[in-house]
Order: sequence, then structure tokens, then C-alpha cells
Amino acid sequence: MTGVVVVADSLDEALDAAARHPEAVLLQGGTDVMVEVNIHHRRPVSYVALRRVAELRRWHVDEGARTVTIGAGVPYGDMEREPLRSLVPALAEAARTVGSPQIRAAGSLGGNLGTCSPAGDGLPVLSALDAIVHLRSLDGTRDVSIHEFMKGVKRNDRRPGEIIVSVTLPLVDGWQGYAKVGVRNAMVIAAASACLVVDRRPASGAATARVALGAVGPTVIRCREAEAWLAGATDLRAGAVSADVAKEFGRRVGLEARPIDDHRSTAEYRRHAVSVLAERLLRRAGAAS
Amino acid sequence: MTYSLRINGEDRAVQDATISESLLFVLRERLGLPGTKGACEQGECGSCTVVMDGEAVCSCLVLAAGAVGADIRTVESISPPGEYNAVQEAFITEGGVQCGFCTPGLVVAVQHLLDRTHDPSDLEIKEAISGNICRCTGYGRVFAAVRAARDARRAGAS
Amino acid sequence: MSTATRTDAPPRAGTLGDSARRPDAGPKVQGRFSFSSDAWATNMLWGATLRSTHAHARIVSIDVSAALAINGVSCVLTADDVPGKPTYGLIDADQPVFARDVVRYVGEPLAAVAADHPETCLRALEAIRVEYEPLAPLTDVMRAVDPATPAIHPRGNVLRHQRIRRGDPTATGPIVVEGTYEIGMQDQAFLGLEAALALPDDDGAGLELYVATQWLHEDRKQIAECLGIEPERVRLTLGGVGGAFGAREDISLQVHCSLLCLRTRRPIKMQYGREESFLGHVHRHPARIWMRHHAERDGTIVKVEAKFWLDGGAYASTSAAVLINAITHAQGPYRCEHAVVDGWALRTNNPPCGAMRGFGVVQACFAHESQMDRIAAAAGLDPVEVRLRNAMRTGDRLITGQVIDSVAPVERCIRETAEIPLPPPLPDRPDPLELPGGSGLAAEPSRVRRGVGWGVSIKNLMYSEGFDDSSTARVQLSGGIATLEFATAEVGQGFLVLAQQIARSVLGVDQVVLAPIRTYVGSAGSTSASRQTWMSGGAVDGACRIARERLFEAVGEEHGIDPIRLAIEGTDVVDTAGTLRVPVADATAGRTFFGDFEHHHRPTTELDADGQGDCHVAFAFVAHRAVVDVDLDLGLVKVVQVATAQDVGRVLNPLAAIGQLEGGIAQGLGLAVMEEIVLQDGRMRNPTFTDYLLPTSLDAPEVVARFVEEPEPMAPLGAKGIGEPPCISVTPAIVAAIRAASGRDLVRVPVRPQDVCLSGPALAPSSGC
Repeated sequence: MTGVVVVADSLDEALDAAARHPEAVLLQGGTDVMVEVNIHHRRPVSYVALRRVAELRRWHVDEGARTVTIGAGVPYGDMEREPLRSLVPALAEAARTVGSPQIRAAGSLGGNLGTCSPAGDGLPVLSALDAIVHLRSLDGTRDVSIHEFMKGVKRNDRRPGEIIVSVTLPLVDGWQGYAKVGVRNAMVIAAASACLVVDRRPASGAATARVALGAVGPTVIRCREAEAWLAGATDLRAGAVSADVAKEFGRRVGLEARPIDDHRSTAEYRRHAVSVLAERLLRRAGAAS
Repeated sequence: MTYSLRINGEDRAVQDATISESLLFVLRERLGLPGTKGACEQGECGSCTVVMDGEAVCSCLVLAAGAVGADIRTVESISPPGEYNAVQEAFITEGGVQCGFCTPGLVVAVQHLLDRTHDPSDLEIKEAISGNICRCTGYGRVFAAVRAARDARRAGAS
Repeated sequence: MSTATRTDAPPRAGTLGDSARRPDAGPKVQGRFSFSSDAWATNMLWGATLRSTHAHARIVSIDVSAALAINGVSCVLTADDVPGKPTYGLIDADQPVFARDVVRYVGEPLAAVAADHPETCLRALEAIRVEYEPLAPLTDVMRAVDPATPAIHPRGNVLRHQRIRRGDPTATGPIVVEGTYEIGMQDQAFLGLEAALALPDDDGAGLELYVATQWLHEDRKQIAECLGIEPERVRLTLGGVGGAFGAREDISLQVHCSLLCLRTRRPIKMQYGREESFLGHVHRHPARIWMRHHAERDGTIVKVEAKFWLDGGAYASTSAAVLINAITHAQGPYRCEHAVVDGWALRTNNPPCGAMRGFGVVQACFAHESQMDRIAAAAGLDPVEVRLRNAMRTGDRLITGQVIDSVAPVERCIRETAEIPLPPPLPDRPDPLELPGGSGLAAEPSRVRRGVGWGVSIKNLMYSEGFDDSSTARVQLSGGIATLEFATAEVGQGFLVLAQQIARSVLGVDQVVLAPIRTYVGSAGSTSASRQTWMSGGAVDGACRIARERLFEAVGEEHGIDPIRLAIEGTDVVDTAGTLRVPVADATAGRTFFGDFEHHHRPTTELDADGQGDCHVAFAFVAHRAVVDVDLDLGLVKVVQVATAQDVGRVLNPLAAIGQLEGGIAQGLGLAVMEEIVLQDGRMRNPTFTDYLLPTSLDAPEVVARFVEEPEPMAPLGAKGIGEPPCISVTPAIVAAIRAASGRDLVRVPVRPQDVCLSGPALAPSSGC
């Protein structure tokens, strides 16, 4: 066995290494890959370490397009703090629930997307914000909607030789928030989670709310039916949402969940929990506007 | 494989390693630095906390061969044998040590917190060490130790 | 803190009563303390264990040839390679060193390999071909207790049955309350994973083993039997122990590591990973408990009826003793004249269960404390009043007929706990970290309710049922320095500093040197059952007193003073009836005074067929009051405060004592709301710290503790063991608080969010007659 570890210093170097070693595992923070390696579920032959690739650790705002583009290697710890925190508050809230401070210093959206676990804390936020995932290979770049990128349980649309470079998120005018349920008060994998984004000035039409759920399906679930119902049920620019509307919204969100029983929770509780979270998030959104 | 890591300010050669070894394993088994402890292999206990390029991370989740070029600081760098810095002294005098297995990781995490946060609140302290599991103390004396270290610095600064 | 017996003068630094500095704390904060996993030898090989992937199967064949062919593999051992006794075990040696013919749980050892690198070991394990013929696993205790169920072991499925009959079985009262309770499988989850280093003797016929354990001599006995050599050829030294909590009382890797060492004649290091640790040590017994109480209208208990079913898993371990602890504590710390109790410890194809902090009493306490709240509700009493009304006192009897002659300040524990101020209510705008669910931001403050609950417990100290338990210590006093030697396992609890404090107090020295902890002296017994302060503390105290007597005789002779007039004051020998004052350092210059002592506690007896007998040595008591915040819609819980007053006899080291109380409370909290090994068909679903959740710093409640100090006349230092009580009644206290907040009738721990907000009946406020 003659594996290699390439510690890339630039994106070009990383792409070159990924092309030359198609068997290599791309390693960003390592917080997912090394878990599997340590417990022998995975035995990579080669690695391309992206830790030193500066391009992946940057983020920037495009004022004209009203978007922020966050490098795939920007650690969660940076998202928790200003200035990113005010730009994408839901992402900051999700980031703060990822593992421990040590994990948040290393883990990043690139890892969340690469692993594509339905419980990945960043993913409901990306889904609710209709994020665009930017991939690059020696053949060029590819921009993929988050909804197409996530294929299933730990399956995604990344092709061999491609590196997840960054994600672009809209800077939305409206309240946004994330909530997550776990049995412990810190350092816990979501039993269920939800992200709600209110967009007061979408490109077309009236204000909308978008909601995405984590850990209640094979991949993150966008609740488009509940969103459509809500658009007809209330004016999100009008301020407080009635208790009845919030409750019904929660109920409808629950119906769109596809949870399972496992050692972390039960399907019944998960469905219930996302209903409660969605209801609460909507009420928080209403109270804030 | 053979490579070099920068540990506690020194370049250390790692020889004949296998490819997937974690930084934790290499520190302990190849570089004679057993102060960093391993208890979960999954980043869920914090016993293996080291500071890498200024960030406290779990060394069990760092691919050693991928850490080439990084500045890595372990618990052994905090004080010379027989001498204790303020955080270590506080852990001793406040009863923050029982079996001691989590202690090196906690000391590194707390030192890192105090290095980056001037005057952390009690809740900030709890959140900062929420990734360091201690099974013996129930955290009461650990909090007391961190508060004591913080307050000692506060007193020293005023 | 209570000061019932405290003298005004503070103790001399480092002596009994002082928060003396632990000798191991300095190295531990620096990462320079050597744990067993840090042991290392030149030329060493790594060992690893092949484990069953089936809960129950016939072994058709094991083919190790491919593993042996791997470059770097030195040897592979199976059941055929065990030269001595093929099984080990603490009480009943039924656990095979390596399974032969049948495997009875997922994780049962089948073979061990030695190789040049952990990775090579892993490949060798993967290369071993085991052919299984799967058998139906028995994983339900209620099936195991059924005589019609086929036995999964030649010794049958009932590891032990014991009944207790006391008083009038027909006695009853106007209040009758009953419940069936379940306790999940908790793991000790010490942080320092199992690890050992074995070094062969030059002649290859013996070895030196560095290992983290709770009881060196018992390990040695079991290892030597399996190796088929004399115990003297197995020399154990305690490797630094990263916590134990009962999980290191049984053999894990000791025999495997020793076998590999003797076979290869090379140093062998073995080290479990976390998953293997979950598979490789015993757990707290899951239990199903039915209990019915009969009480007078005023809440006075008349009779307890109970049935206990403990899941012992595939092998015996200490199940028989855990069962006795559980059923003999069924009444809790309350007077009860009549009892009809039966208990079974059962064999299943689940992972073996054995010792964990609290040892059977944790399970019993969850049931009896839940029952006390039902009695209170039926009698219209509050939880404190019903407990005070029934509180046991010195002189009362257990349902085994044994008279409680220990100090029994149950009432005082309850009253002092009740005096501790409740925490302030949640602020109007709480920090999310203070709410259930923490930074997950799930909680809604308007839907968070506060609840308060109580738990009180009785816990036996030391071993029971006629076991002749002892501990040995030796001291040398010379030049003002005391050197102590004992085999007491320091597992983190702080015995090392206590031993130093005792020697300083008794001998008037400041410097106390501790010899390595190893099998070169007599056994100290196990660091378990809250027994080492009493037993090994008694041994050190006794040894020091003997050395002191010899010192007094010498000084008396030199100065023509009756030695009986001499005493230690500070660091001097003084004549209490004269003026002589000689520093101990001077009096011991150039000569050595020895002391050897073996401490025994008073004898106990076995239980008779009706469960009657003086089977326990002594008892300690504690009260807990928990305050929780519960999100009613999500079932999330935040434990806000735990108040406690514990019967400790006498506080010997306040800092160490508070650490035991707080640490035990955290473990009881874990059992109450998050810790459980989830099994499916005998297979662990969550053998990792990602999914076996331990309390974090953000789960830890404020702990307000008071020590109830009434020195125990039977105890050598007046001090009771304090290790176990903290983790016992805190669990039912927390669950009672969740019940109070949520109105749900919770009968199982850990409480899961869905139990609080979805399923299950509501509490009936006046259940009972």
C-alpha cells in the first residue's frame, strides 16, 4: 500500500492532487472523516488535506447581488461570531450547535456538504436559503442548487475530482432562525432540527417563509406545501402571526417530515418535535417583525 | 511514511508512520508526548485537546500527516515539570482534579479560553468547556478552578 | 456546612480535616501523570481481541491461519491456548477467557492477537475466519425467568433468586399504591480506557503487569488461575487509573494481555478503544421492579411488596451480590415492619452486567422513591413530610431483621436539605444556555415549567453476606518521614491524599512518601462499595498507630517517662503530664519504626431462606432535592439545582468530599435524563460517546451540599464511605421534579423527551386506595 497525503497549499494544487489521486479522500476539518477512520469504518488509501488552502477559508459579500459566499473551509466558529453572524443569523445559530467548541474550530460547511448527513446542522439552513454550492475540478466549475446537491443519506452530487469550494447564500430581508432538539444541552447530534427564513422582499410576489428540516428524513426536507399554505394564510409583513396559524403551520410541517425510529429518537417524537419547532420559529419570526 | 511536525516550537520527525494515524496517536506513540489523552476517538470528549494554529482542536480528528506546517501546542508546553501556571495551580487548589484523565485536555481548553477571552462570564466558561467531558467531578470544582484562574487574572489586572 | 463535631482550631495543614493537596494533582494537570495507557516498553508488541458478532451462536470453527500469515503478527490465541482455568469471574467464575463452542453475547472474546502495530492487529483480527451457527438470543428478562425457556448456559438462566419475608404477609393499610419501574442499562463510562502493559520475566514463566484496576490482588488471583501458574509469578502494579466506578472490578483485558505476553515472551500493550470498552466491561444492571406499598392513612408505611428482575447479561460477574443489595434496600431509609420481596438476577444474551457505583441500590431507590411520592399523594402529604414521617433511625430494623446500629441521621439529612434555599426563578429573558435544550434554541420560555422533586436513600457500606473483608497497610517512620505501602487502588477518588493526611495526623510528620501501589504487600480489597476510607483508611491508621506506639516506647524509655503519657502534638512528641517536647523528626532520626496492620470490619452473615440475617456492615444516608425546568411541548429537561445533605460521619478532606458529592450527582443526573446503552437483539446501538450521552458542563446543575457530620463509632476514622450515596437518590429526585413539572407519571429512567411530552399517562394526583 503506497498511499499519499497531499497537503495542498492552493486550490489549484488541491485540484491537481485530487485528479492525480482519484481514490484520495478530501480532508477539510477532518471531523467527519477521521471519526470513520478512527473506528475503522473507513480506510482511505490517500488524502488530500485542504487545511492550508486559503481560498477555501475566505468569505465575501457581494453587495450588488445581495449574497454572501462562504468558503467550504470556513470553520463554524467563524460563522458563530461577527461579522458573519449578523449576515446569516440562522447559520450562526446552527453553527453554535455543532459539536463542541473544538469541533467548531475545525468543522466547516464543506464537511457538512461532503458528508451529507441528514443531521448535519448547517444543511437545513442552506436548504431554507436556497443556497448554491460551488464545485470545482480541473474541468471547470459547477454551480449546483443545494436541493439538487443533497441526494440522500450521506449521498451527494459531488463528482470524482471535484472539490466543494464554497456556498452562496442570499442576504435576506426578514427574520431567520434555527432550532434543534437533542437530549443533551450541548454537544449533541440533532434528533430533529428546523430552519425558518422569512423573505420580506423576494424577487417576485409577496413575502414568503421557507422552512427546512434536519434529521427527519433521508436528507434535509424542504416543506414546500407548508410554505405554500402559509403564504395564503397570513401576511408575513404584517407582524405577529396568530397562534392558530402558527400551530397549523407546525402541524403541516410535521406532515412533511419522513422520520424514522433509531437509537437517538422515535419517528413519532421527531415528527412532533419539528412541528413544535416550526410553530415556535414562526412565532419568533412574527414577534420580531 | 515520514514527515515532520512542529510541536511546541520544535520540528519533530515522524518516521515509518502509517498513513491514517491521528495527531493524537503520533503525539503519544511516536513522539513521546503522552500528556494528550484519548478517550473517544470521535471528538466527543475533549481529552485530546491541543492548540493548532491558534485554535483548540481535538487531536484525534487531525490527520497527523496532514498537519505538516501547523504550529501545534500540547499540554506539555504549558509549564515545565514541577512548575504550574495559574490555570494548573487553580485546578490543583480548587479540587478540579480527580482521576485526571480529562485534566490535560481541560487545562489546554481553559488556557485557550483565557488567552482569547479577557474576562469570560460563568456561562461563557461553561460553553467553552462543553466539549470536555469529565466523568469524576460533575464539573463543580472544575468551574471553581476556572473562575479562580479568571478572578486571579482580574485581580492582577486591576 | 454542618459543624457538629468541628473543633475551633483549623487542622494542621495536610492533616485530617484539611483540604490537603492531592499528591497526584500536580502531575495530572501537566499531563505528566502516567496512566496505564501511557505505559510503554522497548520491543513491545500490541495485543488485540477478536469478539463475537453474534448475541447467541454455536461456534462451528475458528480458522486463524490467514491471520498468522500476516507480516508482523506474532501469535494468535484461542480457547485452546489457555493453559489454566478456562474461565474467570468475581463471584462465580463462568466467563470464558475465550469462547469455546458457544458465544453468548455480542462482544464476547474469541481470540487474541499480538502484532507489531495496532493496525496490524486489526488486519489480523479481520483475517480470522469464524463460522457461526446462529441461535435464538434470549434478551428479555421476563422470558429468562420463565422455567419453560431453554437455558442458554449449563448453569441455567437464573443467576440467583432470593426472597425476603418479614412480619405479616397479609398486613395492609388504607393506602395501597403500586407501580412497575424500569431502569435502563447505564455505563460507567470512565474516561481512561482499559489498558495494560505486560512484561515477561526472563525465564518466561511469570510476568509483571501494569494495569488500571480496582483490586490488584483479585486480578492476580484470577490471572494466575487462567495462566496455570502460581500467583507469586504474577506481579501487578497499578497503572494510573482514569476512573473506574465499578467497571474495573471485573477482569477485562488482564488475562488476554498476560497470555500473549507469556506466549510471545515480549512486552505486550493492550488498549481498548471506546467501542471495545463498551463491549469489554460490565454495566449497571437494567432492572424491572414491581413495588406495592401499604400505608396508614397518615402515610406511615405498613408493608412493602416487591419483585425485582435484574438483567445480568450472559455471565455472572457480581450479579448475585447486586441482587442482594437491591432487594435488601427495597424499603429505602424508612421504617417498615412487613415485607414480601422476591428478586431474580437473570442470565440473558445481553452484555454482562456487574458493578457500578450504587450497586443495585440505584435501581431499588428509583422504585421506592417513586412509591414514596405515590404514598404522599394518596395521604395528602407533601414529599418531605411523608419521608420525615417514615424516616429510619438508629435502632430500627431492615426488612432482613438487621438492626441499623449505624448512625442514621435520615431526618437530619432531609431537614438540612429542605433548608437549602431554592434557586431563583428563571429570569424574564433567560440566556438560552440556561433553558432546556441550551444553544439548540428549541425551548420556549413561556412553555417551560419548573418542578421540584425529592429522593432519599440508604446505602450499605463495604461487602456483605459473610465476606471476610480486609485491607493491609505498612508504614516506616524514619527521620521525620513516613513511608506508606499499600495495595489500595487509587482510581481518582483521592485515597492517596487521605493516606497522607492520616499519617500526618497520627505520626506528626509533614512528609509522607507513598510506595508504588502493587501486589508486594497484602491485599487492600477493592476500591468499591464505598469501602476504602473505612477499610484502607483503617489499615493506614492502624499501621501508623503501631509505629507511633513503638516511637512512644522508645522515647519513653530514653526519658524515663511512661509511654502512655506521650502524645503527638503538631509535629512533636510531647509529655502530656510534663514538659518534654521532642520533634518527631529528631525522635526518629537515624532509626526506623515500623507498623503493619490488617484492618477487618465486623463479620456479617449470609441471608437465610427468608432473607433474614445481618448481611451488611454499616449504612450511610443521603437526601437530594432536585429543581428542574422542563419544556412541556418538547420534553427537554434542564436540571437547575440539586440540594443535598449527606451523612458522612466525619469530613476528612472537604475538597475531596465535595468532589465526590458533585461527581456522583452528575452520574445520577445522567441516568435520570440521558445515559442508556440501547440494545436491539442483544446488540448495542450506541457504543460511542457520540450516542451514549454523558452530562456536559452545560448539563451540570448548581449543587448545594451540606455534610451531616455525626461520627460513626464503628468506623476507624469516624468517617463513612461517601462515594456511592451521591449518585443514588438524585436520580429519583430529578424524575420526581420532572413529574411535578410535567404532570406525567414517569416510571422509567432515563426519561426520554417523548415520555414527557407524548406518551404515557398523566399523574393521578390522588392515586391509591
